[in-house]
Amino acid sequence: MSSESLERREAIRSSRRARYERMVEIRVLEDAVRALFAEGLVRGTTHTCQGQEAVSVGVAVALRPTDTVCCTYRGHGAALALGLTPLSVLGEIMGKEVGSIGGVGGSMHLCDTSVGLMPTMAIVGAGIPVAAGAALTAQVRGTDDVAASIFGDGAANIGAFHEGINLAAIWKLPVIFICENNHYGEYSRINLTTPIENLADRAISFNIPGEVVDGQDLDLVVDAVERAALRARAGEGPTLLEIKTYRYSGHSRSDTAAYRPEGELDEWLNRDPINIFGARLVAEGLLTEAEIEEIAADAQRAVDEAAAVAQDSPSAGIATMFANV
Amino acid sequence: MPRMRMNQAITAAIADEMRENPDVVVFGEDVAVAGGPFKTSDGLLEEFGPLRVRDTPISEMGFLGAAVGAAATGLRPVAEIMFIEFIGVALDQVVTEAAKFNYLSGGKVSCPIVVRASAGAGLGFGCQHSQMLDSWLIGNPGLKLAVTSGPGNAYGLMRSAIRDDGPVVVLEPRPLYAMRKEVRTGEDGIISLGKAFKRVEGDDITILALGSTVWASLEAVASAEGWSADVIDLQSLQPWDTEAVLRSVARTGRLATVEEGPLAGGWGAHVTSRVVADLFGELKAPPLRITSPDTHVPFVKELEDLYRPGAAYIAKQISALLETGEVPAHWWESEGAAA
Ligand SMILES: Cc1ncc(C[n+]2csc(CCOP(=O)(O)OP(=O)(O)O)c2C)c(N)n1
Ligand SMILES: [Mg+2]
Repeated sequence: MSSESLERREAIRSSRRARYERMVEIRVLEDAVRALFAEGLVRGTTHTCQGQEAVSVGVAVALRPTDTVCCTYRGHGAALALGLTPLSVLGEIMGKEVGSIGGVGGSMHLCDTSVGLMPTMAIVGAGIPVAAGAALTAQVRGTDDVAASIFGDGAANIGAFHEGINLAAIWKLPVIFICENNHYGEYSRINLTTPIENLADRAISFNIPGEVVDGQDLDLVVDAVERAALRARAGEGPTLLEIKTYRYSGHSRSDTAAYRPEGELDEWLNRDPINIFGARLVAEGLLTEAEIEEIAADAQRAVDEAAAVAQDSPSAGIATMFANV
Repeated sequence: MPRMRMNQAITAAIADEMRENPDVVVFGEDVAVAGGPFKTSDGLLEEFGPLRVRDTPISEMGFLGAAVGAAATGLRPVAEIMFIEFIGVALDQVVTEAAKFNYLSGGKVSCPIVVRASAGAGLGFGCQHSQMLDSWLIGNPGLKLAVTSGPGNAYGLMRSAIRDDGPVVVLEPRPLYAMRKEVRTGEDGIISLGKAFKRVEGDDITILALGSTVWASLEAVASAEGWSADVIDLQSLQPWDTEAVLRSVARTGRLATVEEGPLAGGWGAHVTSRVVADLFGELKAPPLRITSPDTHVPFVKELEDLYRPGAAYIAKQISALLETGEVPAHWWESEGAAA
């Protein structure tokens, strides 16, 4: 699927309309994933990212396919944005051979090196030092590639965050630390686990730039990641971006998110990243209201089709169990 | 006797210890307000209050380290690691600090922490959330390790673990949280660490099992034709009940260990070597290890089911041993299995 992934990546890098379409695709696919689990068609657990689409797409737009990206278990959106097809994502979630790693991983484990996606990591914080290491490769080899780690607000309290960023700072590694602050780590609101308002402030202690970014506005995300990438490619070292966003769903499949204060979700729904960007494209004359509806319908059709194909595809077989160990 | 699910039995054991001893405190990720991701601490915050029952940030090294410090100065922390894999980021505090404090203080600083963790395969969580990892935790002097196999011993082992004056890791196989059984509570329900429990008695072979494999082994024995077995639930791996195991094997003359986890480095090898050394001349057959293959836990149900030793496979391997007197090949070694 690698050439298709690359094409899909180039599409959003060059076209604003494609960025809108990709965000819609992510939303529709994540809704479909929740439905598949709810219907019992998929086992295990899943972590979806409705509401956070602009972060995934923004990062994928700003980075090149040759850059390395480390993501978490909440990785479907990032994977689609980076270029993976709905079939390779849904196939993996459903444990099928057509999945991005052949179905042995499931929802938390996607990978596609043709667009820079490292194996997604299900241990909180694990990707932060790994991204520093990928940046070390670029530095040692003298390429102008960069690495990025996308992680949650909750990960800012684990040792790997501090150790990884400090190392990158002293070695001036070309890496971007992207903290996707959706305000919750599992069932705990960030203020209960973290004593500061802005996680970007932690950059001060590593003597690197830190910036708070509005994660509901795709253009602002693209802008911030592009600036950080420019610094990194110029040899100026790492940046910590705190991208503020919100996850509309619960933490994982079984979580109804009853712990959220009343009205909080509605406030965020009022600033939906897809609506914000769609309205902007309409204002710019790049989209019409009718096209917005068409795009939603097309995305739904494409995702439904991918789900049907995946459903009918063979499951990961015994051979995959012993391959690549 | 009250009927409880294993997660409720764990909560009950912690609550009973907390009622008796004000030094017992509980912390971990989402254990307080939410009552635990697997509801193993439901209601503790309400009964014992926020001073003793706390949610932590995602900082395993931080809060296990805090458990060590609190334990070293008088408290008895029960800390939850949500999935045993996450102990990887905090292992130093358990293995290299807690386990050695007594030794490094001339016996003056003991470290009575309990690290509870869900473990094992079976629920489709993928290879970073499905390992037993018991092999990481044996071979560390000063550290005890228990594995629950249901509500009854979860209650009893947990209470002992909290009372123990050293660090104890308790692994709780995740698929068993929902298992409901009668539980002997109170002092009578307490199970000493290091004591095995014989679940059924038989003549031809001794089956050692742990956690989930206890149930698969019992099922295998129930369906066995022409042979019977002692099925021993080891319950603790460090220390393990050498006496009970040797006594049983001395009588049956044969040994099988049933392990959920890779063949390489598994507890069965460790236990078997002792049995063979002590009873070499009395064995009627070579020892049999029934394990998972040396690979990662696959996501897909059919493969994950293969990964975990099941009743039919256990029965087949033991029957083959009894018939031929030789150890049969593992399923993945037989021709065409992995094709
Ligand atoms: C080391 C470790 N500890 C705990 C967990 C369990 N866990 C999985 S996701 C999660 C919450 C993470 O929150 P955050 O970093 O904000 O990311 P989000 O889920 O919001 O995307 C936790 C505690 C884990 N996977 N790894
Ligand atoms: Mg979060």
